[in-house]
Amino acid sequence: MKSFRFPRSPKVIVGIIVLGFFVLLMIFGPYLAPFNPNNTSFAPNLTPSAHHWFGTTSLGQDIFSQTLVGARATMIVAGIAGLVATTLSMVIGVAAGYLGGFTDDGLSLMSNVFLALPGLPLLIVIDSYLPVNSRSNSLVIGLIISLTGWAWGARVLRAQTMSLRNRDFVESSRIIGEKRIRIMFTEVAPNLLPILAASLLFTILYSIGAYVTLAYIGLTSTSVWNWGTMLFWAQANNAPLSGEWYWFVPPGICIALVGTSLALLNFGIDEFINPRLRAGGLSGRQRRRLGMPRRQRLGLTPVVRSVVTAPRITTTQNPVTS
Amino acid sequence: MRLIGHRLALYALTFWVAITVNFLLPHFMPGNPIQTMIGKLTGTVTPAEIRAIRLSFGGGLNQSLLSQYFTYIGQLAHGNLGFSLTLSENVSTALRDYVPWTLGLIGVATIISFLVGTTCGALLGWTRGSRLDSLIPTATFFQATPYFFLATVMLLVFASKLHWFPVLGAYNNLELHPGWTWAFVLSVLRYGQLPVISIVLSSIAGWMLGMRNMMITMVAEDFVLMAIAMGLPKRKVIWAAARNAVLPSIANLSLAIGLVVSGALIVELVFNYPGVGDLLLNAVQSQDYPLIQGIFLCITLTVLAANLLADVVYLILDPRTRTEVSR
Repeated sequence: MKSFRFPRSPKVIVGIIVLGFFVLLMIFGPYLAPFNPNNTSFAPNLTPSAHHWFGTTSLGQDIFSQTLVGARATMIVAGIAGLVATTLSMVIGVAAGYLGGFTDDGLSLMSNVFLALPGLPLLIVIDSYLPVNSRSNSLVIGLIISLTGWAWGARVLRAQTMSLRNRDFVESSRIIGEKRIRIMFTEVAPNLLPILAASLLFTILYSIGAYVTLAYIGLTSTSVWNWGTMLFWAQANNAPLSGEWYWFVPPGICIALVGTSLALLNFGIDEFINPRLRAGGLSGRQRRRLGMPRRQRLGLTPVVRSVVTAPRITTTQNPVTS
Repeated sequence: MRLIGHRLALYALTFWVAITVNFLLPHFMPGNPIQTMIGKLTGTVTPAEIRAIRLSFGGGLNQSLLSQYFTYIGQLAHGNLGFSLTLSENVSTALRDYVPWTLGLIGVATIISFLVGTTCGALLGWTRGSRLDSLIPTATFFQATPYFFLATVMLLVFASKLHWFPVLGAYNNLELHPGWTWAFVLSVLRYGQLPVISIVLSSIAGWMLGMRNMMITMVAEDFVLMAIAMGLPKRKVIWAAARNAVLPSIANLSLAIGLVVSGALIVELVFNYPGVGDLLLNAVQSQDYPLIQGIFLCITLTVLAANLLADVVYLILDPRTRTEVSR
């Protein structure tokens, strides 16, 4: 194992910080909230002030408290859906790619069908039939979202597994006589990690969007505070047209920030997988200091040879081919 | 042609899965939603209407599940999607009024978003490392924002505060009636601007970033170096690289179209646009199950048709798929 290298790309650092902030909010948000989010005893439609940081709703509820409390349900549902969907896609994708034959045909067909089905309309149909008490259950909603979100990851993982299957190191452990299941878990799976991570981030991003949208159209229980229900109430009380921006902007910005942090982390993984994308992450000043041209020369993959900024790529070979 | 045949079979299978899910859900969900719904209605509607609703789910109480399933598919084959209570008309008749709006809005927005996004992505990939790269975080932010939130903010700022655009609806319904008149068409174009812009802004980043990453990989290929060495004009070189880089984007359209349509449907709610998305929300809120199911099948069919169209485009653009078939 190489020693842990802290990522240098500013995109990744910003992503980690923002995501970390919201994870803390998920854990501590409900305890930090100054008021009960259901408390309707304040004056309605207050603009933001020192007492009510984000103002109050037309029912007289504190919007800042709602935002803090809402972080938990939103992040938990997205997390559950992302984890379950990624596990599903890993099992199905790796099995399809490694086993091949009829198993592959069957599993690929299944994931292609799920890819072609429009996810959100399907979610709406399933959710509209749910009994009301299951709609407030984060686990149920998370599982349903994961059902519509696993197929993309499975397809990507299958392709990568197929390409790994014929590499020499896998071939050699097959010749040694290792069991299939052992090869799958000890040789193939570790090399799938970056793609698995990217797929996890993508599914969490998808799940947040799906969950918030379901809540926004009123398909999750209104007794559970999440950022989508806040937007639902804002829309139901015509906040956008009456100019009450402070009602729907905070939850919306929170959703966007969590999403952006996930996407930024995904960039980092992309650059890790495909080194050609990586040099693009250097700023103009860094490039000058390294003696690289400001604009990349055509036909040449820029490779940073200096040990100072990129100890990983120290060979003179092209990292892609080696 | 074999590729198209393959895809056609896949989409037919997908549609069948959608139909089956649609049929099975109400029969297997806890709490028996059909019974509850009909129970609520007894007394307020005629027995004929109740029969029409039962037929929407495959028929009577004392039939086996299998025979109900075949009744249901038989109904669909005749274009009968069931009977909507809230609209008190057939779902297929109702959809006929709503589908053109959605098709127009989302179709135009998707095409604009794909063309502009891919062009920008190609340029970003070509000029990588320049100041244009600072566009990427902004684009990511827009991509991570839910479609309906961006639409809400744009509605507040540009329509409600600045009055640059009309506020709600698809045309000026106080003065005009739908028809092929100049005034009506102009009004539709005017009212459509803000919804289209918001859908384009939400969906453009995906195309842009995908294209940029492919373009960066493509620029390092030998054929680009060759083209430069031959002294071809820059425009031609970019075109050659972009034409190859766009293929994965088009191959991934099937995933993207579903996501874009899902997001754009919700935008209709924000703008009160009289399309399928708006209808779907009303159906959900009044628990009009036949209508929800009919809309779901209609959306699925449209998305699958769009996918097939994308496959044809892919076949035209990538000669390799054609030689493979003729072999």
